[in-house]
Amino acid sequence: MKKNLSHKEIMAIKRVKMPEQDAQERSRNFKEVNLGLSKEQAIREAQRCLQCKSQPCVDGCPVRVRIPEFIEALAEGDLPEAAHILLADNTLPAVCGRVCPQEDQCEIRCVRGAKSGPVAIGYLERFVADWAMEHPEELPTGSTPQASGKSVAVVGSGPAGLTMAGELAHMGHSVTIFEALHDTGGVLRYGIPEFRLPKRIVDLEVTRLQNLGVTIECNIIVGKTMTLEELSEQFDAVFIGNGAGLPVMLDLDGENLKGVYSANEYLTRVNLMGAWRSDFPTPIIHGRQVAVIGGGNTAMDAVRTARRLGAERAIILYRRSEAEMPARIEEIIHAKEEGIEFILLAAPLEILGDEQGWVTGLRCQKMELGEPDASGRRRPVPIAGATFELEVDVVVNAIGTRANPLLTATAPNLKLSRKGNIETDSTGATNLPGVFAGGDIVRGGATVILAMGDGKNAAAAIDAYLNKGA
Amino acid sequence: MFEVLQNDTLAPNVHRLVIRAPRIAKARKSGQFVIVHPEQGGERIPLTIADADPQAGTITLFVQAVGPSTLQIVGTPAGGSLQDIAGPLGKETEIERWGRVACVGGGVGTAVLYPLARALADADNEVTTIIGGRAKPFIILADELAEFSREVLITTEDGSLGRQGFVTNALQELIDDPERCPQAIFAVGPVPMMRAVCELSRPYGIKTIVSLNPIMIDGTGMCGGCRVKIGNETKFACVDGPEFDGHQVDFALLVDRLTMYREQEAKLIGELPPELQKKIIKVKK
Ligand SMILES: Cc1cc2nc3c(=O)[nH]c(=O)nc-3n(C[C@H](O)[C@H](O)[C@H](O)COP(=O)(O)OP(=O)(O)OC[C@H]3O[C@@H](n4cnc5c(N)ncnc54)[C@H](O)[C@@H]3O)c2cc1C
Ligand SMILES: Cc1cc2nc3c(=O)[nH]c(=O)nc-3n(C[C@H](O)[C@H](O)[C@H](O)COP(=O)(O)OP(=O)(O)OC[C@H]3O[C@@H](n4cnc5c(N)ncnc54)[C@H](O)[C@@H]3O)c2cc1C
Ligand code: SF4
Ligand code: SF4
Ligand code: FES
Repeated sequence: MKKNLSHKEIMAIKRVKMPEQDAQERSRNFKEVNLGLSKEQAIREAQRCLQCKSQPCVDGCPVRVRIPEFIEALAEGDLPEAAHILLADNTLPAVCGRVCPQEDQCEIRCVRGAKSGPVAIGYLERFVADWAMEHPEELPTGSTPQASGKSVAVVGSGPAGLTMAGELAHMGHSVTIFEALHDTGGVLRYGIPEFRLPKRIVDLEVTRLQNLGVTIECNIIVGKTMTLEELSEQFDAVFIGNGAGLPVMLDLDGENLKGVYSANEYLTRVNLMGAWRSDFPTPIIHGRQVAVIGGGNTAMDAVRTARRLGAERAIILYRRSEAEMPARIEEIIHAKEEGIEFILLAAPLEILGDEQGWVTGLRCQKMELGEPDASGRRRPVPIAGATFELEVDVVVNAIGTRANPLLTATAPNLKLSRKGNIETDSTGATNLPGVFAGGDIVRGGATVILAMGDGKNAAAAIDAYLNKGA
Repeated sequence: MFEVLQNDTLAPNVHRLVIRAPRIAKARKSGQFVIVHPEQGGERIPLTIADADPQAGTITLFVQAVGPSTLQIVGTPAGGSLQDIAGPLGKETEIERWGRVACVGGGVGTAVLYPLARALADADNEVTTIIGGRAKPFIILADELAEFSREVLITTEDGSLGRQGFVTNALQELIDDPERCPQAIFAVGPVPMMRAVCELSRPYGIKTIVSLNPIMIDGTGMCGGCRVKIGNETKFACVDGPEFDGHQVDFALLVDRLTMYREQEAKLIGELPPELQKKIIKVKK
């Protein structure tokens, strides 16, 4: 098909638009916002790719997905081949195609970006991955690897741990994942909401791992149920991918009022514990006027969740301007379409409450942008005397997370950074022999694909370590 | 899945469950708790590990039915199973040699107190136990506690067993008697009881340790929902506690935060069939 297209014709194809649920309607339900491309749309978008020899897009992807190759197969309508290429490089393409910050990674490098918008690599990845999930019978069944006789314990079932497990299983090692919660997926399960990443996808990915022979044990809190030392004794190697799951508190007066949540609690109640469903017993306060503090993906997820739980006014309160917001652009656009209010250059000073201990408002400080700080973003500075009050009945704190010390507190010899993150070398090895780490516990809050890249990287190092020992 | 091996009724709606959980039994230390997630789609409920047998691979929980989830847990018969149990969570009790110790338990708190009191007695403390309840049927574990206590004082609100009144009446007498005045107090029970014990002991400067029960989800420090105020600091009860210096606890805040979902809880209880509703114990806040 593509072969018949001239360069001019290729250049004339416009970037595809992702079909979406109507903004008004979706702001009241938890169904997925992006509906996915049709096969025709996907093939047409794939035809836009110029198959650059230098492959700049691949350099932008932390796991180096062979982007032009899978897109070429797709452009030719060879979906099994496209899926085969994609799955070889990326264990969780249906997840990445949905939540990767493509605009800053692969797509930003695309040569078509400047003129007519980059090839929609993320959308195409999602399309191929979804097709693969629905057509498992059309995928080549890889040969079962020779069992190596070696065993590896993986702590945490977030993207780092899942990727690690998949890679190691393919190498023939016997893998057991230990997960603290009663369900798998880490942030993919308890953090990112259904309307952005349906949990069915996480379930399918986890089932795929189990079919590869990976054992998953939930309800094991390493550091409490078992120690790192015990794991090191029972397994030939250990990978730690326990995330950065400790909420940073605001440290403001009124923070303990009823109706004040950390984003972790708010999103966990909704996503993991099903508080959005009437058939689940988990309660949550359905605010009429909800303020979410922060400007990252977590803040966007929380505020859009609040809207779907019925908030008339759902507000983002962020201390810098929109340009500095760390959230993905798509999420910011979607949030605005759903009627989310953005109050920028404002920081909370105090949370106000009534005599019964419920939140009633937020007292805020207006800010302006000063000199750039260490992160290169312009530092917000308070404007003297400029304060205002907002009437709210739920406040969600989404200012960030830190490393949870539960595991590391019981592993005194494991080398940590000053912030409590695990220190590793470039292969993911910690200072303890046979103990590797990756994902948010090493990087601090980062991204799904970086966590997966760490898992993939460290899997190679673990394989080398195990073979050396043999 | 975690198999329930034994389920006995100790008092109206207070059950003792023995559950197979070998890893938890092995790792558990006194004062720690588990989170029970009774079924897919259920709530996560924190419950103290009252006892553990590492050889048999079992843990013992004492559970009082106060709402739909605890009702479901106590309703799991021997041979049945609970979907998920995670633990042991929280810090272990710091057992010191205080000398004379008063252990004060109210309601199901007496069960939580039991292993604590035994550990204190094992550490050569002279333990006096005070247990209280609404009426005779609610007094549990008196005989078991008597095995290692110097004396067991019982109070009931209606006088149907022991002395009529509250545990604080008995504690006051103990404090007033120079021969029996405790050097430390451990109090576990409904929040108003723990609060009253702390108010009583404060002027005497007697160290008083309480076990707090805020609403929890993960129990691992991840959500911050269990926050309590100790002195001027906010702490997460699941990782920094659940035991704290009672004289530092902001009880008003704890009571208040426990009412956060009162409406939703009442609604869920209201949706239960009437015969089950009757089974739920009204807890005082
Ligand atoms: C709300 C939200 C939205 C986000 N949106 C995006 C997005 O759109 N795009 C993007 O790329 N990134 C996003 N991120 C960031 C991304 O999700 C994380 O960077 C990524 O999940 C990190 O993966 P991980 O495997 O290191 O850890 P996690 O996903 O945090 O998984 C860690 C797992 O380990 C378990 N665990 C923790 N401690 C223990 C223990 N002691 N023993 C056993 N198990 C333990 C946890 O329960 C968890 O399941 C978002 C994050 C949040 C919170
Ligand atoms: C560390 C800790 C140890 C505990 N140990 C025991 C124990 O050994 N035996 C025992 O019977 N109970 C114990 N509890 C209390 C027990 O967890 C609650 O009674 C239970 O969660 C109530 O759930 P429900 O759905 O049945 O009732 P609901 O209808 O949800 O609530 C009924 C009452 O329980 C309170 N409550 C609701 N959810 C929680 C929660 N997650 N944590 C605490 N209180 C809650 C509510 O404020 C209300 O007063 C403990 C609590 C904590 C935090
Ligand atoms: S994994 Fe993410 S960065 Fe890599 S190609 Fe896919 S969308 Fe782009
Ligand atoms: S940079 Fe863009 S056009 Fe070039 S190969 Fe990559 S996706 Fe195709
Ligand atoms: S229960 Fe979530 S932090 Fe304590």
